[in-house]
Amino acid sequence: MQQRTPIEEQIDLPFVESLRISFQSLKIRFGRSIITTAGITLGIAFLVSVWMNNEIGIALQESGRQTTINTFEETAEQGISTKDIWLIIMSLIVCVVGIANSMLMAVTERFREIGTMKCLGALDGFVVRLFLLESGFQGFSGALIGALIGTLGAVLLGLKDYGLDLFFYFPLLPASPEDGPMQLGVIVIILLGCILGMILAVIGSSFPAWRAAKLPPAEAMRTEV
Amino acid sequence: MADIVVKTEDVVKEYRMGSNILRALDGINIEIERGEYISLMGPSGSGKSTLFNMIGALDRPTEGQVYIDGQNMSQLSQKQIAAFRCHRVGYIFQSYNLLHVRSAHGNVTLPMIFAGISEKQRNEKAEKLLDMVGLGDRMYHLPDELSGGQRQRVAIARALANDPSIILADEPTANLDTITGREIIDLIKRLNSEQGVTVISATHDLKMLDVSDRIVDIRDGLVERIRNRDEIDIEVGEVGGEGE
Repeated sequence: MQQRTPIEEQIDLPFVESLRISFQSLKIRFGRSIITTAGITLGIAFLVSVWMNNEIGIALQESGRQTTINTFEETAEQGISTKDIWLIIMSLIVCVVGIANSMLMAVTERFREIGTMKCLGALDGFVVRLFLLESGFQGFSGALIGALIGTLGAVLLGLKDYGLDLFFYFPLLPASPEDGPMQLGVIVIILLGCILGMILAVIGSSFPAWRAAKLPPAEAMRTEV
Repeated sequence: MADIVVKTEDVVKEYRMGSNILRALDGINIEIERGEYISLMGPSGSGKSTLFNMIGALDRPTEGQVYIDGQNMSQLSQKQIAAFRCHRVGYIFQSYNLLHVRSAHGNVTLPMIFAGISEKQRNEKAEKLLDMVGLGDRMYHLPDELSGGQRQRVAIARALANDPSIILADEPTANLDTITGREIIDLIKRLNSEQGVTVISATHDLKMLDVSDRIVDIRDGLVERIRNRDEIDIEVGEVGGEGE
């Protein structure tokens, strides 16, 4: 058999091109993207509201204000209660599982698309990068909205419990450790919520995307959801 | 000496289905010449689509070798395989496999994006190709807004985006009515005769027989026989009579 021109190596696409394709994909799939993002928003909103509610409780106790209305018996004690820690851990688990599930579904239903892109010459790394960008953006925006909703929820709950006093002792910034139990403050919690949402979304989507990108295209295209 | 573009050597493909092993290909040896129109025929489950996947580097054989343009496919790096799929082969599938979030134009430009072609050049090329397949006026429609035949035309235009030397068509007419199927076959045949593209088509559509240079009958994962064009006419008559 004659030896023809050797097969060259496929080029890596510039980052801008990946960014453009991933945004285009989010835009066209807007309805579906919103549902995935809503999953992230809800998880983070739940976590942030529970966590922040706790912070507000601690801040107001430390301010010396008597808490009388609708608060747990434990809040009379200084600091964070076991029940609160339990609640925060539970909300964190719900958040992790919820986001992982949203992202897993969103990627799995696109296995065929991944296979097709590979048929057309996409490198494995490009496919993964595309999903990484999409999910990172979805994760961040979903988590930011979720964190804001969670904050609003915690503030409303705080208003109900503490009235307008809430705003005098609002734990916006982290409190120094000497003042008592560690307090992160509202801003840090919002930031942590955003980072967590983004990281979970990226992990949740990049793992199945990586697995799909590694499959031979014929197998990826055969996958039925 | 004939210019062989595809050669398979004892290609075996096994699939694991739970505890069973299904041998889809049982040692396939074929040689395909450049510029040929070859049809892989056989009933469902005969292994023709599996062979199609092996030739197109869409799956890896369990045993044996596939050579394309003299290159042993198993020795290529991931990047070379991606470049092979991008530049050397155009794929046409039974279920079109268009990206439904991209317009006809967007689907045709995608392989050119992967090839690193400039935006201006790829837009011009996509317009030219879509015009050629008769979709000049539906360029910016999404696949869902097109009929089956039109979608397959988009897939053909996309397959031609990077001027491949081989077109691989897996049951391209199976989801289409007779007339539309005929049009698609004529279009593929035209590419073969006018542009010298090698066409390898897995099919059980008898209409494909007339246009093929050779037919490879696959049965139970083996090459049952290979027929030349001159033997084909007689066979068509026989097959046509069978159903009456």
